[in-house]
Amino acid sequence: MSEAPIQHPPDIYGQVLKVALPLLVGAIFLIVWQIVVTTLGVPKFVLPAPTLIWQALIGNFWSLMGSLWFTLTVTVEAFIAAVIGGVALAVLFAQSRWIATAFFPYAVILQVTPVVSIAPLIIIWVGYDNVRLALLILAWLVAFFPILSNTTLGLRSTDHNLRNLMQLYGASRWRVLTEIQFPGALPFILAGMKISGGLSLIGAVVAEFVAGSGASTGLAWRIIEAGNRLDIPRMFAALGLLSVLGILIFGVMSLIEYLALRHWHESAVRREN
Amino acid sequence: MQMFAPEAASASPHTAKPIITLNGVTKTYGNGTTALRDVDLAIGQSEFVSLLGPSGCGKSTLLRLIAGLGEISAGRIDWPQTAHTARGEPEHDIGFVFQEPTLMPWATVFDNVYLPLKLKRMSRRQAAPIIRDALTKVGLENFGKAYPRELSGGMKMRVSIARGLITRPSVLLMDEPFAALDEITRFRLNDDLLAMWAGQHWTVIFVTHSVYESVYLSDRIVVMGARPGRVTADIRIDEPYPRSEAFRLSSRYNDYCRLVSAALHETMT
Ligand SMILES: Nc1ncnc2c1ncn2[C@@H]1O[C@H](COP(=O)(O)OP(=O)(O)OP(=O)(O)O)[C@@H](O)[C@H]1O
Ligand SMILES: [Mg+2]
Repeated sequence: MSEAPIQHPPDIYGQVLKVALPLLVGAIFLIVWQIVVTTLGVPKFVLPAPTLIWQALIGNFWSLMGSLWFTLTVTVEAFIAAVIGGVALAVLFAQSRWIATAFFPYAVILQVTPVVSIAPLIIIWVGYDNVRLALLILAWLVAFFPILSNTTLGLRSTDHNLRNLMQLYGASRWRVLTEIQFPGALPFILAGMKISGGLSLIGAVVAEFVAGSGASTGLAWRIIEAGNRLDIPRMFAALGLLSVLGILIFGVMSLIEYLALRHWHESAVRREN
Repeated sequence: MQMFAPEAASASPHTAKPIITLNGVTKTYGNGTTALRDVDLAIGQSEFVSLLGPSGCGKSTLLRLIAGLGEISAGRIDWPQTAHTARGEPEHDIGFVFQEPTLMPWATVFDNVYLPLKLKRMSRRQAAPIIRDALTKVGLENFGKAYPRELSGGMKMRVSIARGLITRPSVLLMDEPFAALDEITRFRLNDDLLAMWAGQHWTVIFVTHSVYESVYLSDRIVVMGARPGRVTADIRIDEPYPRSEAFRLSSRYNDYCRLVSAALHETMT
């Protein structure tokens, strides 16, 4: 009985196609866009050509990069705070049904209240000279619920025989949490994080639109500013950067998910049947 | 209740001191199913007891209750020889092999078997030779680094068995551990289990569907009937250990099998 597990070479051809195909579609789209806009003579304040947008991006490179950095850091900080807060609260909820019953409805209320509607209030509370903090709080509010609800579900979904086994070995609550519940909940937590990553970007941008006073310097403000001056190419450049940021966040989250689950979880494992 | 060999007959040295006693144990699940009714049983120190019965007669339920998993609806289970904690729970060291493999899918085979030792605060380095030994016993010495999803059903079960034995428990509860295995592996593990049992003075409670397996392994077979689950016969297998293939081929083995089969049939009609 000495069979050994067999290693398969990765499917490189498929991996390359997975990246190349969407890129090809994007390139074709841009070329068609360019041709249509130039041949039909569409005014640039309606739909600028891709080349014009590129020029706007290069021309305003440092101010746009500064805004990108601002939005990125707000998003990432809000996201990290949401992960810590969501997981911590879920762990607390998992310890006692009573705590969960008492507090979960309030978490839901926070979630279902549209962030746009509470943004002015938060901005007034923290003060106009502190808009960044307001953005952080608002982005956090949006991002934190998916983590909380997913982690709570994950911690509750532990294989009950495994739990029984831990009980038999006299494991403490903490050991049950760290050895069984948490690893078992990881796929749920990562799924929540994937949603939250996108949501914290949305939260950061929407909050900045509401704050919209010039006190903040994120990408949303660049969009408002460009809109006010009818500088549509610059608006598209900012918009493009925002999309790139969103894709980046999604990509990083997917990578983390894959790395964490590739050995065991159905979602990340390549089936061979 | 029909007694083929009354408990009181303490011909075997094993029954001298009961280590677990069940009195009028009844279990009704939340949905109203009465899985066990009025079960009386005394398990002797170092006894190898098989629980045999048709599917759904409450074997798993009984084993879980003995392990202290789940509430008893009526009656009581005592561990007369075991020290108790301040909260009144027996401080036994139980090894439990569930009917399903019950492995951690995120951990390697090595880490799955390591779990009980880890909970006892043994370091990986200290545990490594013990784990290697246990994996060799179940024929998985090359699979320490594999994940459960890479194993067949029978291999997963063998990991689960290795984990159950790793702490060298004084009481070993096994729920149909070999049901998913091929005959050859099963026979080998049967012999390994008997060898370990003889060396360790364990008490083993072994749930099985198989008349043949129970006769080969046990010095006592408790036959259970269904609806509601209850003990219908208690048969002693007076055959010295170590047992070997020769016992399987003997006429005494056949006689015991016939006796146990008859008892089982009686409960099902
Ligand atoms: N968690 C549960 N909730 C409700 N009823 C249950 C539960 N577990 C078992 N039962 C019921 O209790 C009875 C006994 O179940 P148990 O699993 O103990 O049988 P078993 O003898 O181990 O069967 P098998 O040989 O098929 O494993 C069955 O009728 C089953 O429907
Ligand atoms: Mg069962």
